[in-house]
Amino acid sequence: MISAILAVAGRELRLAARQPAEWAQAPVFYLVVVTLFTLTAAPRDPALAVLAPSVVWVGALLSALLGIERMFRSDLDDGNLEQLLLSPTPTPLLVAAKIGSHWLLTAAPLVLIGPLAAVALGMGATGCWTLLWTLLLGTPTLMLIGGFAAALTVGVPRAGLLLPILVLPLMAPVAVFAGGAVRAAVDGLPFAAPLYFLAAELVLALTLLPWAASAALRNALE
Amino acid sequence: MNGLHVINLSVTRGDRTVLKALDFRVEAGDVLHVQGRNGAGKTTLLEVLSGLRPPAQGRIEPRPAADTLHWLGHRNGLHPALSPQENLHYWCRLHGVSGQGVDAALQRLGLHRQRHRPSGKLSMGQRRRAALARLLAVPRPWWILDEPLAGLDIGATELVAGLLAEHSASGGAALVSSHQPFPYPIPGLRDLVLA
Repeated sequence: MISAILAVAGRELRLAARQPAEWAQAPVFYLVVVTLFTLTAAPRDPALAVLAPSVVWVGALLSALLGIERMFRSDLDDGNLEQLLLSPTPTPLLVAAKIGSHWLLTAAPLVLIGPLAAVALGMGATGCWTLLWTLLLGTPTLMLIGGFAAALTVGVPRAGLLLPILVLPLMAPVAVFAGGAVRAAVDGLPFAAPLYFLAAELVLALTLLPWAASAALRNALE
Repeated sequence: MNGLHVINLSVTRGDRTVLKALDFRVEAGDVLHVQGRNGAGKTTLLEVLSGLRPPAQGRIEPRPAADTLHWLGHRNGLHPALSPQENLHYWCRLHGVSGQGVDAALQRLGLHRQRHRPSGKLSMGQRRRAALARLLAVPRPWWILDEPLAGLDIGATELVAGLLAEHSASGGAALVSSHQPFPYPIPGLRDLVLA
């Protein structure tokens, strides 16, 4: 079972090493979006620091959307999906391994870039640390929601148009609580409650969505 | 190995019933050649037997467990950016079996020289051979093969017929859909023609 999970994750990493364009897209896009905010605003505009949590999080949300559509597409096309479903290891675990490696490749860089971008936008140290925590807790939830939606739409041609509409409402609570936590931290207020909410959302997503996604993938073959 | 018994099986694709009230047996040593016109339901039937698709009605007794069968569909299960060797080793680890047989299997299928080349750069027939190498890399009693001969040249078609003959001689069973006849008689070969 462990061998199968490692096989799936190892394959994703090997493919990423061989096709860097596949995963580099999201971090580069993120960097460009956040930089554009600083460049288009007036120099030393205090409003920028106020908006920083929103900028960093909305940017993360949009970058997360970029690669999601491709998460299971190639597996359906090349027949790997059938072999995943026939593997003796429970499919939800393999799906979770796939989503996990997708997070590592496309979202983990955002966790590092986000706080740096916030510094550039003029945010203080407490705010940046809290931001790092919200990204650490929030981006895996985004990837799980995205993976579920990708599994639902894997058989649909041009799902790229449908996915953002399907996924953004589900991702909204993550961004809302994350933004709330960072704003509270910046204002010197207690910010533990929204962080707990983010953690609860992550646990909920982790316990439900891999199962839902594997059911959707099984359905995609019918 | 126990045979399987298909009892009153109906299979649907979407909302269309493709096959109704199907009854047949497959015993150890059998090679069942599933035939029928395009759209007769060959693929759907094989998908149900492999467990990828639930039957609409009826049952299969006993259903072959996932770790006793090889499924080869229309799609080869090879990622174009990975070489045949990498694809096969990945498959072995995914199914929790040892990858010791991979090199010999590729050799037997005539892919030794191409084993490090990305699968996407191989010809259609070579990709099919790489997918067929799974059958030899890990011995399993049930082979469920959907159009295994698609894209294969004469030499490879004869090779597949030879593999099927060996498989049935060693007590395995195979369900094979194909539009072409096999190049020479295979012991245990039976036809199942879908109306």
